[in-house]
Amino acid sequence: MTNPYVPILVLMGAAALLALGGIGASAVIGPKVYSRAKLEAYECGIQPTPHAIGHGRFNIKYYLVAMTFIVFDIEVVFLYPWAVAFSDLAVFGVVAMLGFLALITVPYLYEWRRGALNWD
Amino acid sequence: MTTFVAPVIDWAALSAILVIAGTGIVGVLVAAFVPASSRRTVQVVLALVAPLAALAVVAWRWSVVVGGGESTLVAGQLAEDGPALAAQAIILIFAVVGFAVMASRLPNGEEAFAPQGAAAPGSAYEEAARRAGLEQTEVFPLALLSLAGMLVFPMANDLLVMFVALEVLSLPLYVLSAMARRRRVLSHEAALKYFLLGAFSSALFLFGVALLFGFSGSISLPDLGTAAATTVGMDGMAVVGFVLVLTGLLFKVGAVPFHAWVPDVYQGAPTPVTGFMAAATKTAAFAAILRLLYVAAPGFGWDVEPVLWAVAIASMLLGTVAAIVQTDIKRTLAYSSVAHAGFALVAIVSLSEQGPSALLFYLLAYGLATVGAFAVVTLVRERDADGNVTGEATHLSQWAGLGRRHPVLAATMTLFLLSFAGIPLTAGFVGKFVAFVAAADGGAWPLVVIAVIASAAAAFFYVRIIVLMYFSRPEESERPGADAVEPGALTRASLVLCALGTLVLGVWPTPVLDLLAQAAKFVV
Repeated sequence: MTNPYVPILVLMGAAALLALGGIGASAVIGPKVYSRAKLEAYECGIQPTPHAIGHGRFNIKYYLVAMTFIVFDIEVVFLYPWAVAFSDLAVFGVVAMLGFLALITVPYLYEWRRGALNWD
Repeated sequence: MTTFVAPVIDWAALSAILVIAGTGIVGVLVAAFVPASSRRTVQVVLALVAPLAALAVVAWRWSVVVGGGESTLVAGQLAEDGPALAAQAIILIFAVVGFAVMASRLPNGEEAFAPQGAAAPGSAYEEAARRAGLEQTEVFPLALLSLAGMLVFPMANDLLVMFVALEVLSLPLYVLSAMARRRRVLSHEAALKYFLLGAFSSALFLFGVALLFGFSGSISLPDLGTAAATTVGMDGMAVVGFVLVLTGLLFKVGAVPFHAWVPDVYQGAPTPVTGFMAAATKTAAFAAILRLLYVAAPGFGWDVEPVLWAVAIASMLLGTVAAIVQTDIKRTLAYSSVAHAGFALVAIVSLSEQGPSALLFYLLAYGLATVGAFAVVTLVRERDADGNVTGEATHLSQWAGLGRRHPVLAATMTLFLLSFAGIPLTAGFVGKFVAFVAAADGGAWPLVVIAVIASAAAAFFYVRIIVLMYFSRPEESERPGADAVEPGALTRASLVLCALGTLVLGVWPTPVLDLLAQAAKFVV
């Protein structure tokens, strides 16, 4: 009789092996080149701008894009399980989901009207 | 797999919550579509009418429900009973007086909230924003959405609903804390601290829910109570889970040792927000604790009571001692609120029958004085060399001699402070009295003795502020002296309501006590 939790333990072991194995293998067989570029934040040579140290300010637009993403992300997060259970939930599910969609449109309307969607 | 059965939803029972949440959402649309010139007026009207309408709805539900109509709603996830409705009514009262203070402006037109987050105070950019008439009308929808969460909290009969309500009430408060016009960095710091610690406590709450689900196989509170009474051999899991859930709620209440955020957030948040938050959040969280303890805990009583004793004693003692050494009025009131969380807990530690009504009365008395006291703080201002009104004069030394220059305002503040101290003929006295009697009836005598000693010590720092206002001369110091400004109509109305409430509940508390006593029965 095996404990039902054994597969989970095996999975955790496999995951740990894979992670440690990957790091270990690249440490052993990977080429080792040290240069200036290796010390920079992005190896391609692009400087991160503005500098985080020295009171760099990020444009608020980035945050607005992130917020817009979250509005749609949350929408999708709930739409998927609803779609899977659609036939079980029947009319109740449709009405609830329509209500949810209507509500989640409200912040989107707010963003649109207050100019968050204009890049310039 | 079980088949899905659509829950029957009793919309009438949910109508108070729907009114508030719906108005909050309408408020967001108002912020989006109404032209800037009339936006603020519309928001203020909505924010003041909605709690009044919800209060009427709660009164109607009270007449339907209390005395036999208690029931659970939405497949047992919410409970509509006396304690829930009473707590909702109290929260809505705080919302009416609290929102009125939020909506007020100084005589020079200044609001408590920053018009533009990025515009530094005193900069040309801020001046341009002021000239353009930019204002953060989002304050009101945020406050309404938070209020909606607070209204769900007392009804939550299910740990996950309780968690969702906890988040709904917390998230807008984090944002509101960051919106102060003056001392903006302090305000941002307060919001960040509140958010991080709040997220941490929410995680603890969720972890506790997971453990309790593992223990009982259910997240509904009545099932939990049944499981606690019948399951053997899993005490460790159950007690740890229960204490973690309690931790999440005690954090919102601001009880020791989960009080670290209280002084910083109360000091940094815009003062009108602090007043509303201190009164309403505490009431909502205590209402949730009440249901958790009375519905789920009788089966856990043996293990949970010592925890509550320790928290109550620590809150009373630390709140009192720390408040004595503060030099800032907002921090003093913050530590006093920690002490009051302890006093309020005294009412329910022994799970006595009068516990719920005593606790609710205590919260009503405390909340009215709190909203009022913070409203007074918004009026006592510094002046610069040209005599222009600037920021709030929160250093205690600046309050010296206020009684001579502004006798009415100082008298109002004195009333609130006396109520905090629990002096007879104020609501605070009756509140402390019924709370301590409830504890004594449940056999918690040692706790009552400590509570009485702590309230005697706490009286010291309230009286010190009164002495400062009436019997001290303003001393020569580098700080500008304080002067009070004329309150706006809404703040004036709020102050009058809070003061009247404090007096009437102190002189003639019987009708309210009788009403609350009817409401002491929890639906299971």
